[in-house]
Amino acid sequence: MTDLTSPPPKRRWHPSLTWLGLLPFALFILLFLVLPTMKIVIGAFQRADGSFTFENIAGLFTASILSSYWISIKISVASSAFGCLIGFLMAAAMVLGGLPRGIRSPLMTFSGVASNFAGVPLAFAFLATLGPLGLVTMFLRTEFGINLRAMGFNILSFWGLTITYLFFQIPLMILIITPALDGLKREWREAASCLGASGAQYWRIVALPILFPTILGTFALLFANAFGAVATAIALTGSSLNIVPIMLFAQIRGDVLGNPHLGYAMAFGMILVTGLANVVYIVLRIRSERWLK
Amino acid sequence: MTRAASWAILLLGITYFVLPLLGMVEFSLSMRRGEYSFDAYAAVLADPQFRQTFSYSVVMALLTIVFGILLVVPTAFWVRLKLPRLRPVVEFVTLLPLVIPAIVTVFGYIRLYNTSSWLPLTGTIFGTNLLLMFGYAMLSLPYMYRAVDTGLRTIDVATLTEAAQSLGAGWVTIIVKLILPNVLVAVLSGSFVTFAIVMGEFTMAALLNRPAFGPYLQLMGANKAYEPFALATIAFIITWACMGLIQLVTRFTKHDKAGR
Repeated sequence: MTDLTSPPPKRRWHPSLTWLGLLPFALFILLFLVLPTMKIVIGAFQRADGSFTFENIAGLFTASILSSYWISIKISVASSAFGCLIGFLMAAAMVLGGLPRGIRSPLMTFSGVASNFAGVPLAFAFLATLGPLGLVTMFLRTEFGINLRAMGFNILSFWGLTITYLFFQIPLMILIITPALDGLKREWREAASCLGASGAQYWRIVALPILFPTILGTFALLFANAFGAVATAIALTGSSLNIVPIMLFAQIRGDVLGNPHLGYAMAFGMILVTGLANVVYIVLRIRSERWLK
Repeated sequence: MTRAASWAILLLGITYFVLPLLGMVEFSLSMRRGEYSFDAYAAVLADPQFRQTFSYSVVMALLTIVFGILLVVPTAFWVRLKLPRLRPVVEFVTLLPLVIPAIVTVFGYIRLYNTSSWLPLTGTIFGTNLLLMFGYAMLSLPYMYRAVDTGLRTIDVATLTEAAQSLGAGWVTIIVKLILPNVLVAVLSGSFVTFAIVMGEFTMAALLNRPAFGPYLQLMGANKAYEPFALATIAFIITWACMGLIQLVTRFTKHDKAGR
């Protein structure tokens, strides 16, 4: 940028100099985001000798890899569905439920913290609570004689991981949906009740259709969020649960699939899934902004 | 929705969030049989590996913050001033790190910058550290950029710049002495988020084989009984502190402005 200091640029004569200011940023994005991602995408369609092929993509359609995608998708769908539902209910209780206003600020701050408290420590927190010797597990066993383990619950499982993911999914939903709930105008509700609508009818016919794009968009965002989560899953389950991020982690570490380019294909599949979810999020976000200004 | 139902939902939610934290703290305190003690914390603090990995992550976090500020502040300023038409594009690009999972990006780094490539960053320890810092900066870019861009919105960039220019200030002076102080709160918010992200990051550091706090946590979890929970509590306190500091600086400026 130093060459811009003197003499003062006359913009009409040097239109290219303005673009120079973006060069460091563009270079950073190119080198550490675009090129690495391209490398993966191109690698997914290459043989070891560099020739073009669909073999790697076809290689994804084996029982073990397909099942890992399936489990990943199931966990992501479950944790984002419950995350949306519970987050919505909590936000609605906070904004519209007639609770004291003093609750709002601490709850929003906590949501900010909790949505950032993912990764390894989160896994430990849930191990200490719902693990074999965890706080809740022991409490239920000694006080009520309920043996979670005997009932088939295991923290290192589909439901265990889903419950753990909810710890960062619910707060994220609260953070996104609260401004949308604030945007619901009082006049809409009054107009609805003037026309004789009950509370349930107002929600079904007016509020939910307006909020729907936001809710669905957030669902997509939460889905991508859960699908790409690596650290929590690894710290919680080691390698006992066969989900995509764990498999890819093992593949990058030690080529467990026995074909480096199959690893590229797996990573490409991840980009595809999270990319698609985010496209849904962006499209719906633009739609929802029409109403909630 | 009735008030009772609202309370019920809220209390259930709070229970869900408090129990794991309670479990974590309780476990971290129960190393000594039959009574609560800070033995696990003492064991952790006495572990030289803890000190190494913790200070490694702190240093990396600070470097990431410095790099992030140097990259984001001039860029966001330049886009606002000279290329407003590109603002949506740049904003979209800064959100991409949220779309592409970190594990995929770092996989790309490993394959693109290995020892036999044109830029063999992973060949040396310094190079790998540098690569990890760029990765961290990428992870925190969405938060840093948003914070700074929001900060810039509150000031009249064009007028301030013209005023400074007519007084003879160069671009570096404008950014360092004019823009940076004006968006300081935003920069601080972005920095605290960055700090929290880097301190807890696991995937990139583990796959690049760097001795950071996140991989150390995971290693302890696999090998020790009580220490991991003490570490997790420490990590939670760090996250809390970072978010609390953001609230504090934001509130501080609100009072500042109200006083005028």
